[in-house]
Amino acid sequence: MSDRLRGYALFASISLLLLVVAPLALPAFRLDELAKYLCFAIAALGIGLAWGQGGMLTLGQGVFFGLGGYAMAMYLKLHDAGGDLPDFMVWSGVEHLPALWKPFGNVGIALAAVVAVSVAIAVVLGVLVFRQRVRGAYFAILTQALAAAFVILLVGQQGLTGGTNGLTNFYDVFGRDPEAEGTQRTLYFVTAIVLGVLYLGARQLVKSRFGRLLVAVRDGEDRVRFLGYNPATVKTVTFAISAAMAGLAGALFVPVVGIISPSLLGVVPSLELVVAVAVGGRYALAGAVLGAVVMNYAKTSFSEQWAGGWLYLEGALFILVMTLAPKGAVGLYEQARDALARRRGVPAPAPTAPQEVAA
Amino acid sequence: MTTLLNQLPIGLSIGAVLLLIALGLTFTFGQMGVINMAHGEFIMAGAYTAYLLQDWAGSQAVLVALPVAFAVAGALGWVLERTAIRHFYGRPLDTLLLTWGVSLVLQQAARDIFGAPNVQVVAPSWLTGRVEVLGGALPYARLFIMALALACVAGVWLYLDRSRQGRRMRAVVQNRELAAVSGVATGRVDQLTFFIGSGLAGVAGVALTLIGPVGPSLGTYYIVDAFLVVVAGGLGQLRGAVIAAVALGMLNSFAEFWTDASLAKVIVFAVVIGFLQVRPQGLFVLRSRALT
Repeated sequence: MSDRLRGYALFASISLLLLVVAPLALPAFRLDELAKYLCFAIAALGIGLAWGQGGMLTLGQGVFFGLGGYAMAMYLKLHDAGGDLPDFMVWSGVEHLPALWKPFGNVGIALAAVVAVSVAIAVVLGVLVFRQRVRGAYFAILTQALAAAFVILLVGQQGLTGGTNGLTNFYDVFGRDPEAEGTQRTLYFVTAIVLGVLYLGARQLVKSRFGRLLVAVRDGEDRVRFLGYNPATVKTVTFAISAAMAGLAGALFVPVVGIISPSLLGVVPSLELVVAVAVGGRYALAGAVLGAVVMNYAKTSFSEQWAGGWLYLEGALFILVMTLAPKGAVGLYEQARDALARRRGVPAPAPTAPQEVAA
Repeated sequence: MTTLLNQLPIGLSIGAVLLLIALGLTFTFGQMGVINMAHGEFIMAGAYTAYLLQDWAGSQAVLVALPVAFAVAGALGWVLERTAIRHFYGRPLDTLLLTWGVSLVLQQAARDIFGAPNVQVVAPSWLTGRVEVLGGALPYARLFIMALALACVAGVWLYLDRSRQGRRMRAVVQNRELAAVSGVATGRVDQLTFFIGSGLAGVAGVALTLIGPVGPSLGTYYIVDAFLVVVAGGLGQLRGAVIAAVALGMLNSFAEFWTDASLAKVIVFAVVIGFLQVRPQGLFVLRSRALT
């Protein structure tokens, strides 16, 4: 069986698992939890694209996740309030609806903003940073600082954003009751399908000319520049796509989980997403998705048993992965497969993901 | 106008704290290209060292703790370099993630050992009190931190510019291969660099006990800003770190004064991005003929 066919077979069987087996086998609240993991997987897919393929270590995806989430939550809040002020604004003593909120009363504008705001900020930051050839560790630090500033801003502007509590208590999600089993089931299917579509799109992008260019920029940015391409454009576009994915993930997260708050978006949650991608395997898009689902599942089930232990486990796992298997689970699988093939006497295929070149 | 002038000493003291933290990063990040996310936890280790020494040294714990914390945090850094980081040279982004894993473990360890609630270190009596500066009151503790930062800068400068060992360190930074073939034991230089850089984090941690409580996540509050200082100042540049730390400290305090604390961080971030448009590699750049 060729690689291509095997890839499609794998995708088909995972789709079957997610769309048919999981909804039949899992109780409603577990399905809702799985939907949450799939939201993180969408954001992780974006990181896989930007970091794994493009070499841009973005430690601020929580910002874009949050922008998408807040856009959705603001719409839902206004819809619930039905012309009045949202409840939390009344509690913080806000008397008139702030101008920032007004456009979000319209469902079309709000849904467009989910992607548009994230993309706009990513493009501005990308143009400013990449054009000046600020890269590698500098870029990572800047995105991390952005995440830190974003969270402090959200917490500080209580009347505008709900402060530490964030936005929650939605009673009407597109005409349905968010607590009802049917709604949760529908939201799960929507999330799974969005993830599938984005995965196929990202895969197509990686296989395209643009994808080749992106990998070339990762492995030798200056050489790409000497060949006449503009690496800044390639990087900015990719960064914007990954931001859009994070925005979509955040927007789906809000109705699925029922809350968006600063504690979900800061430096640590952003880093945790990157951890998940690294554990799953950064050089493969599937690794990013796998990592996000497995790590978040492990976090939930482990934290139920022993809350403090999870941090030890996550930290230790991370140290182990970075030292022993920098290509993550997918890398280990490929190593094992190649070792098996060698034993059978078939020459191993050339490695597809080279080591990171010193930035 | 007087209230505006009030911000000046506040800005200076924020700058001094940032400088103390960024000094250590100048060694580990600047000289060796290692982004040590566990630097914040070395700060925490220094602060808890002062807390533990209270039982023994009483109210003079802070003074006793300065050298001890330097040694403790330095030893932690040395162990980290020996066991993990040395396998990662040339992969700066991977060290960032690796050391973040270390930082998670250290934070949780502190939570398990010292408990999650904050603890307090009692400042010596000669540091309680304040002096009138420009119509505002400046606590002695803040003055002490500024003096400490200045002393550390002087020490680091003497070490880098005037000692043999410092010269070897600069040689390794400028050209590792050439230094190695000229007889510099680069591995040993790396160990020492990391020891000093981490030790400075411990000193910064002791200083932080003077202005606030000590908790397991103490380091995380400052680490992001300190990295911004290094980025704005230029990698491994002592002058750059000093100027950038004071400038960012000032900017922080004035932005907080004109707007509010939550907008100040956004303004600082925007200014740093704007500054990188003019000087993408920071204030001072180590000239090199290498392409990247």
